[in-house]
Amino acid sequence: MQEALKSLLLSLADDLLVIGHRNSEWTGMGPVLEEDIAFASMAQDKIGHALAFYELLHSLGEPEPDILAFTRQAADFRSCQLVEYPIGEYDFSLVRHFLFDYAYTTRLEALKSGSYAPLAALSERFLRELKYHTLHARTWVAQLGNATEEARLRMQSALNEALPMAYGIFEETPHTAGLVAEGIQPHEQELRDRWLAGISALIAGTPLKLPQPTAGDIRPYLGGRQGRHSEHLQPLLTEMTEVFAIDPAAAW
Amino acid sequence: MVTEAHIRNLLRVVKDPEIPTVSLVDMGVVHRIDLPANGGVHVELIPTFSGCPAMSVMALEVEQVLRKAGFAPVTVAMNKQVAWHSNMISEEGRKGLLEHGLSPPPHYDPNTQDYALEAATCPHCGSTRTVLKNPFGPTLCRAIHQCLDCQETFEQFKPV
Repeated sequence: MQEALKSLLLSLADDLLVIGHRNSEWTGMGPVLEEDIAFASMAQDKIGHALAFYELLHSLGEPEPDILAFTRQAADFRSCQLVEYPIGEYDFSLVRHFLFDYAYTTRLEALKSGSYAPLAALSERFLRELKYHTLHARTWVAQLGNATEEARLRMQSALNEALPMAYGIFEETPHTAGLVAEGIQPHEQELRDRWLAGISALIAGTPLKLPQPTAGDIRPYLGGRQGRHSEHLQPLLTEMTEVFAIDPAAAW
Repeated sequence: MVTEAHIRNLLRVVKDPEIPTVSLVDMGVVHRIDLPANGGVHVELIPTFSGCPAMSVMALEVEQVLRKAGFAPVTVAMNKQVAWHSNMISEEGRKGLLEHGLSPPPHYDPNTQDYALEAATCPHCGSTRTVLKNPFGPTLCRAIHQCLDCQETFEQFKPV
């Protein structure tokens, strides 16, 4: 059981570290000052969450958080592929943030009432912070989705691109059944359906269309949960770990 | 005989480095105080925002204040299993926020009051006719609002 739990914690922590790092790339680069601040703040929260999940792993016998975060190669990461893609244009980063944060919220809502108490406690705490992330996401999706033709087209194109990636958040692993049996979390598909219902309702308030799986136009980006990543993750890790690689004992 | 209340009182000098008018005690961050028979103190703090960089500074200051007061050994631990929330800020703390120019958070239930995230009272004129401009501000705990009456932009300590 311990192994299944660790695999869940690792995928949570890795998702948050990687998307936190990506979002931090908007620092100083945001399209407007407010968005610069928003993406930087959300990155800070996400990396704080990642740290807490790595600490929980450490309490279960895994190495220290810094070792987990800074010494593994891409193939050791269990993050979904959605989070590793470059920030691209602002529309892509915004839509990714919308899809990811609603998925993360859905998962934490489930973990909050799950059977593993330390994870339930963290989930309750993080959900309070996450409300601001989803508020930010849905406000901009509604604003830009209902704005000019150019804005709508760009948002739609970002949604078409990011949704299949986001399906990969809910990739089943050999450990999923064990987690369900222990009452720690529901099936990934169940989580995905809850997430889809939530984002569909929000998208319905705009002229945007959520690509439909029935039309066969969604090919989920799978593999991340098993260590198979796009070519984008390793360069991110190399950059993120540059200082640590030079001097692992550096303090600042 | 040293009591928990005595320790709490001592810790009132430790302020939030980003909000120097509010003490840790009033912020609701001092979760538990143990006074073992060996003359030492053990303090358990709960972190406010998960990514808050000020927490480690505050823990260090707590330790220093108690050492200076003659306690040994002094240990300070972070308890991440307890969820801090903004309803834990004391009346004194709310006054301190206002003194620092921050609108104190409304009393808030995260399960039923999502609308509270967008509501704030202007710290300059007291109006509640305000709009949320950005759910993120200069620190993780602040949001930016604007007052529709006095037109001032102001920061609110977020309800969480």
